[in-house]
Amino acid sequence: MKRAAAATAAGRSDAAGRVLADAIRQGRRWYWQRMSAMVLALCVLVHLVTIVYAVRAGLSAEAVLARTRGSLAFGAFYGVFVLACAVHVPIGLARIAEEWLGMAPRVADAAASALAWLLAALGLVAVYGMVAG
Amino acid sequence: MDRSGDMLRVAIWRSRGDGGGFAHYDVPREASQTVLDVVTYVQRRLEPSLAYRFACRVGMCGSCAMTVNGVARWTCRTHVARVADGDRLEIAPLANLPVVKDLVTDMREFFDKWARARGRFGGARTRRDDFARVDPASPARRAADAGIECIGCGVCYASCDVVRWRPDFLGPAALNRAWTLVNDSRDTAQRERLAAVAGDAGCHACHTQGSCTERCPKHIAPTAAIAGLKRATARAAVRGTLGAEPR
Repeated sequence: MKRAAAATAAGRSDAAGRVLADAIRQGRRWYWQRMSAMVLALCVLVHLVTIVYAVRAGLSAEAVLARTRGSLAFGAFYGVFVLACAVHVPIGLARIAEEWLGMAPRVADAAASALAWLLAALGLVAVYGMVAG
Repeated sequence: MDRSGDMLRVAIWRSRGDGGGFAHYDVPREASQTVLDVVTYVQRRLEPSLAYRFACRVGMCGSCAMTVNGVARWTCRTHVARVADGDRLEIAPLANLPVVKDLVTDMREFFDKWARARGRFGGARTRRDDFARVDPASPARRAADAGIECIGCGVCYASCDVVRWRPDFLGPAALNRAWTLVNDSRDTAQRERLAAVAGDAGCHACHTQGSCTERCPKHIAPTAAIAGLKRATARAAVRGTLGAEPR
C-alpha cells in the first residue's frame, strides 16, 4: 500500500507529487500518533494508579523488584507502554521542530526516527531490567 | 425611539499610502444601532471617501465583516451596545487579508483557497437522471448540514492564528467547505479532495485552538470539520488510497 501511494505520488508532476507525498506523510503520522495516544491514555492511567499504590503502600525498591521480577504481565504492559511512547513522542517533537525551529521535514523525520529507536531501546532495556534483572 | 443622547467615539482605519492609521469620528448613539450603521453614518455624513463593503445588511451575504474592538465580526448583525468599550469603538479591516482601501480587504486569496481545497461539488448525474436520494437523518448528511450555512464572511480566516503564522494554510472556511463535500454522498471528487486538504497547508496544520468556532457568526464549528478531515485523510493515507486513482 505504501509503495502504491508512493508510485502514485511519483507519477505526478514534481510539485504535485511533493504535495501528495507530504499529504500521505502527514496523514500517516497523524494516524499513528492518534493510535499511540489511545494506548498511552490507558497506560498512563494504569501507571499512575500503580505508582500511587506503590508509594502509599510504602514499598521499598526491593519490594517493588520482588513483585516485578518474573512477571510477564508487568513486562508486557510496560513493553507496550514503551513502544507507544516511542511512536508518539517523536512524531510530536518532529512537528514542533518543523514549526518552531524551521527544521526541514526530512531532517525532522530522521531525528524523530533516531529518537524513536533510542526511546524504544532505553525503555525496553529498563523493562527487561525490572522483569529479568 | 430611545436616543440615549451620548456620542460614540469611533476610531476607523484609513489607508494612507502603503500603510494607514486610525481616524477619529464622533457618531450619535442610537437604539439597536449596529456597527455597520456606525460605519454607514460616518461614510454618509462625515467622510465620503471612506471605503467599506456591505450588501444585504441581514447576515446573509458575508461581505461586511470587519475587526471591531480587536475581534472579527459581521458588522450588520453586531449591535454597538454589545461590543462598545464604554463609548469607544475601534473598527479596522479583517486581519490576515490584504487591505484594498480602508475597511475593504482583498478576499481573492481567501476564496482561491476554497478552490485549492476542492471546494467545488463534482457530480456524476445529468439533468436526465433521477434525483439523488439522500437520507437527511444519515450521519454523513447531518455532518454536511452542520457546516453548509457558511456565508463566506472570512471572520474565521481573520481569527485564525495558524493562517497568520503560515499564509499558505487553507484556513477554516475552505476546510469546512471541503468537509461538507466529503460528507456529500453524490460527490465524485473525494480522493482528489482528501489529497488536497491533507498535509502541511491543509488540515494537519490546524492547532485546534478553536478561534474560528468561537467567532463564527453562523455558529458553525470549522474545528470539528477539520478534525473530521484529519480522521478521513489518516484513514485514506493508511489504506494507501490518498490521492490514488480509483480502480
